[in-house]
Amino acid sequence: MIKTVVSVGLPVDEKLRIRKQTMEGPEAKGEKKRICIVTGTHGDELEGQYVCYELGRRLKEQKEHLKGIVDIYPALNPLGVDSITRGIPMFDLDMNRIFPGNEDGPVPEYVASRIIEDIKGADLCIDIHASNIFLREIPQVRISEMTAKALLPYAKKLNIDYVWIHGAATVLEATLAHSLNMIGVPTLVVEMGVGMRITLEYGRQLADGIFCLMKELGIWDGDVIRPKKPIISTDGQVGFVNANHSGIFIPHVDHWESIRKGETIGEILNPLEGKVEENLYSPCDGMVFTLREYPIVNSGSLIARVLGGEFH
Amino acid sequence: MRKEVIYQLGNTYRDDLRIYGYHFGKGEKSACIVGSMRGNEVQQMYVCSQLVKALKELEGHGGFVPGSEILVIPSVNHFSMNIGKRFWAVDNTDINRMFPGYDQGETTQRIAAGVFDVVQHYSCGIQFTSFYMPGDFIPHVRMMETGFQKPSLANLFGLPYVVIRKPRPVDTTTLNYNWQIWDTNAFSVYTNATDRIDQVSAGQAVASVLRFLTRMGFLRYTSHSGYIATVVREDDLKNVKSDAAGIYRRLVEPGQEVKKGEVLAEVLDPHEGDVVSRILSPERGIIFFAYAQPLVMERAIIFKIIKRLHQ
Ligand SMILES: [Zn+2]
Repeated sequence: MIKTVVSVGLPVDEKLRIRKQTMEGPEAKGEKKRICIVTGTHGDELEGQYVCYELGRRLKEQKEHLKGIVDIYPALNPLGVDSITRGIPMFDLDMNRIFPGNEDGPVPEYVASRIIEDIKGADLCIDIHASNIFLREIPQVRISEMTAKALLPYAKKLNIDYVWIHGAATVLEATLAHSLNMIGVPTLVVEMGVGMRITLEYGRQLADGIFCLMKELGIWDGDVIRPKKPIISTDGQVGFVNANHSGIFIPHVDHWESIRKGETIGEILNPLEGKVEENLYSPCDGMVFTLREYPIVNSGSLIARVLGGEFH
Repeated sequence: MRKEVIYQLGNTYRDDLRIYGYHFGKGEKSACIVGSMRGNEVQQMYVCSQLVKALKELEGHGGFVPGSEILVIPSVNHFSMNIGKRFWAVDNTDINRMFPGYDQGETTQRIAAGVFDVVQHYSCGIQFTSFYMPGDFIPHVRMMETGFQKPSLANLFGLPYVVIRKPRPVDTTTLNYNWQIWDTNAFSVYTNATDRIDQVSAGQAVASVLRFLTRMGFLRYTSHSGYIATVVREDDLKNVKSDAAGIYRRLVEPGQEVKKGEVLAEVLDPHEGDVVSRILSPERGIIFFAYAQPLVMERAIIFKIIKRLHQ
């Protein structure tokens, strides 16, 4: 069933509507569990769109195995998704910096508060992001140190490659995931792929993982795969590589490949003068889990993140 | 006056970004004034340019009290201004959400770090900035309640209002917040324009900064006494929302006194022209903020009203 979570009138004729598909198992008895799959907070991140489709398709095909409630929200920022706008159009505002929102506040905060209200009470939420247009990421879950203990068991079931446990930052307190974790809805943030593209392979991988988690929660009793064991990290083991010159970046490594300390990650080239501006090297032995996708760089642009350690 | 490039960033396709600082006087780091940090903050840059002009004249006439140095940075993000963007042109990040910055980090973190390195350690910091909702304000000084704020100093600007508000998580990365955390008395000054020049409020802003600098003992300048400010808390402002969407017609101006039940604005059907809603004032008070766009969404905040204090 399609439900409207919140609706706000736009100036000329149209309404901004955030919608979800609710699927409920017919035989569910007793305490009914609910999982929410949300994506499209950042309008330029599309990887979650395919995951939503794929979940809906599989659930419809095997309705008999659904034992609880699955809520699928493909676009928390529908105007942004439709207009390739990362933030909320007209407000130039990052929607993931205004949660938990405010019923009486400006429109974006009102919308945020309705979203929180709608998800409240769920047993689990998965918030799917797709990096941005600049960086490519392997399928990973990001959780803060504070919530690591509670969330790690779920993350391990999600069939992703990597779990990044990062330090807390005050500014991240305004994210959807933090706000939901604070009101008792365990929420996992997935980052995968790259902005403005859909990587089918990642989408299927995550959909498989979501079924594993649903089985664990008792929402699904059909067949599932055996989830892959993710590599788990902490902040201290991640090496950052940033550009120090402006130009075009050409990578010399593949994404999610191992690398040695001092090995070349790529070059920054100057197309006007036909010269190499900078060579960029790996700060440690490890795996390149984030790699620059968009070629134009400024001084400071993130080029790669390397997870330190020995991987085979 | 000494003009200096305080931060420079190389670029392959464009000229380098050069951020300038104008130093006046010699001595202790007394006051630092920062203008536009976003590409649409033209009024903020304009106010600083007028301030540089005024300080240049004062310096020539012995208007500086020996022992104090004042720095003015009229614009930080003219890279975005020159191409009609509000935020950093490449990745749409906001420099005023990157403080205290990180010199090994992303581009806008590096710019913020470069600027913060120069602007910190001044005893007073004044930033001309803008609000994320498009609209007009009564000129005022805004302070964040960090535990370090001093509203009595904000009074020295002689602007009619001082607004105090609680910082939210996103505010912890602004220049104002970081100034305060690192021991600078920080003030944000709002005039009633951003992407256009309003001469009257710009003049008022320049006068208020000169008044502040004089009252702090950094300048010798004869100023009008200005207003005795009313201190209001952001939470105490009454929000008025539009209950309909369509063409927006504002009927009152910032600073205007309104009665309870007075019609503040009308919303028109965008195709048929009929008035579909009249927005009434819920309180007797003074219009502090007024939305200024020809179209309006449902539920948009269109006014903030200071409730009448003395009945
Ligand atoms: Zn995102």
